[in-house]
Amino acid sequence: MHNIDSDFDISLDEISKIEGAASLEIKVRNKKIEDLKFSISEWKRFYTQAIRGKPVTAVPQLVARICGTCSNAHLIASLEAVEKGLHITPSYQTMLLRKLLFLGLIIRDHALHLYIFSLPDLFEKNSILDLDESDPIQKQYLEDAFAVKEVGNQLSIVVGGRSVHAPSPTIGGFLKLPRLKDIQALKPKLAEIRPKVLKLIELFAKDPSDFSLRTPVSYAGLSSKDFSFLEGAIKTSDGVTIQEKDFGTHLNAVIIPYSHARGFKFDGKFLMVGALARLNNDKDKLHTKTKESVKEYLDVFPSHNLFHNNLAQAIEIVHAIDLDCEYVDSIKTINNEVPVKVQPTESIGVGLIEAPRGTLYYRLDINADGTVKHGDIVVPTGQNQIVMERGIYELVERLLTVDTPKDQIVYEIEKFIRAFDPCMSCAAHFLKVKWR
Amino acid sequence: MDKKIRVGWFSFTCCEDSTIIFTELLNSHYKDWFKKIEFVHARILRKDDTKELQEMDIAFVEGAISSDKQEEKLKKIREKAKKLVAIGACAVVGSPANQRNFFNRDQTEEIKPILDLFKYKEKVMKLSEIVTVDENVPGCPMNEQVFLKLMEKYLHVS
Repeated sequence: MHNIDSDFDISLDEISKIEGAASLEIKVRNKKIEDLKFSISEWKRFYTQAIRGKPVTAVPQLVARICGTCSNAHLIASLEAVEKGLHITPSYQTMLLRKLLFLGLIIRDHALHLYIFSLPDLFEKNSILDLDESDPIQKQYLEDAFAVKEVGNQLSIVVGGRSVHAPSPTIGGFLKLPRLKDIQALKPKLAEIRPKVLKLIELFAKDPSDFSLRTPVSYAGLSSKDFSFLEGAIKTSDGVTIQEKDFGTHLNAVIIPYSHARGFKFDGKFLMVGALARLNNDKDKLHTKTKESVKEYLDVFPSHNLFHNNLAQAIEIVHAIDLDCEYVDSIKTINNEVPVKVQPTESIGVGLIEAPRGTLYYRLDINADGTVKHGDIVVPTGQNQIVMERGIYELVERLLTVDTPKDQIVYEIEKFIRAFDPCMSCAAHFLKVKWR
Repeated sequence: MDKKIRVGWFSFTCCEDSTIIFTELLNSHYKDWFKKIEFVHARILRKDDTKELQEMDIAFVEGAISSDKQEEKLKKIREKAKKLVAIGACAVVGSPANQRNFFNRDQTEEIKPILDLFKYKEKVMKLSEIVTVDENVPGCPMNEQVFLKLMEKYLHVS
């Protein structure tokens, strides 16, 4: 007969404080994992099918609706895919404004994850709503959470017209250009939140959570000289450099029968993308000011501790602030440029950017009449899903060897999943529809 | 102190853009809202350790309905909520989450194995096709001003 601690089932219907819906089932018998399934339980909306036959000009605003939080990442990556396909080169000003819009997203989205989702774990609270306002430290973090998020939000609104599904960016330019004085007006606000984020870095640097996989992992991300998230070539921790257009050929889709999404390996290896991968590969490319301010925290990278994804995101917020200020200072005037006119042509366009959670890949096959023949979209959470499930497995194995109670195991698993900052809304919609 | 208003926030099939807008509205409203609102269910903000759905003064529901399981949950939310508010385009009119309703034969054939495997509904439905909806906040994402007016009306907060 087994005692109650040797045999139990964990069934998490809806993992909380992540983007979208995911579930987890684990069967433990005789202190061994008999079965473990981490699945994305979002209901699909079939975007890859839906864009087929549509004019390619309609694609960016439609695919922005794939995900509420990464919306502007989908918008910018798909704009790049269309432009590459139709041989449109966006102007310097267009690229600069897209970068500003995107830095707003990095600030807002990382802040949502770190303050609202992950920070309560560090104070052993269920929720940011439970922070103790009579404790000056906790009260300050609560205030910081909303102050930091708001500046990122405002930056995206000023540049893109809205922080979610931004209406202004379009193929070959902007439908409505932002006013320079509105962009400049955000600089003092960015300066105000910078010390708050440095405090956040300090907090996550002290987090004792430490977990690395036994299985080797390849870290990959787009690498550019100024760490701008939107340009460059793919670089991996194995020292491989790949051009954007070839990225798809290195990804191996893995069908996970019980999940609504597909996972990926990279040249047959476990793959991780996102802030940890970017810092592991490219910490020397961070903004000079950022490197000065966070010097003592950069030594841990490259790191295999997957919880360092949190620290890496916090550092990226400071980088986004510093890079934004540098870009804003470089703008002397906003020229009244009109978007480049679209000339349909039969072609293939690849767009690839570093979304907050990692590499986001769009490939659009365009017909001669300017409609979409075929589309392929690979999102960061899909790429991380295999490592995430493997990580949960190894984590539970380890916790079982030290007789961890079931409730504690559940807590540790959720904390681990949150460190990945998965986005299930994104991940659920690109399953290859071949079930054989 | 007055009793807090019990609020639930739920997401079905959608991109959760209105959830994001809601978390951005918190930036400037959290002090007031946290004082007056008890978030009974809100997966974005807290781990839900309630065993079953709780009584709510108001339920905000985002997204369209794709499966029988979702339909059942929506009906339960309706039973437990004094007021039910449809949030954003997918909940209010069904789109764009319901784009598969308009697929041609080839597209439909292609997605059929998935629909069968995971027991999707034949058609994606907006909320009002299943339950009585008291208020709508349209928009993709939801219209912030309409939402704020509703907050004032029902929660007497500003």
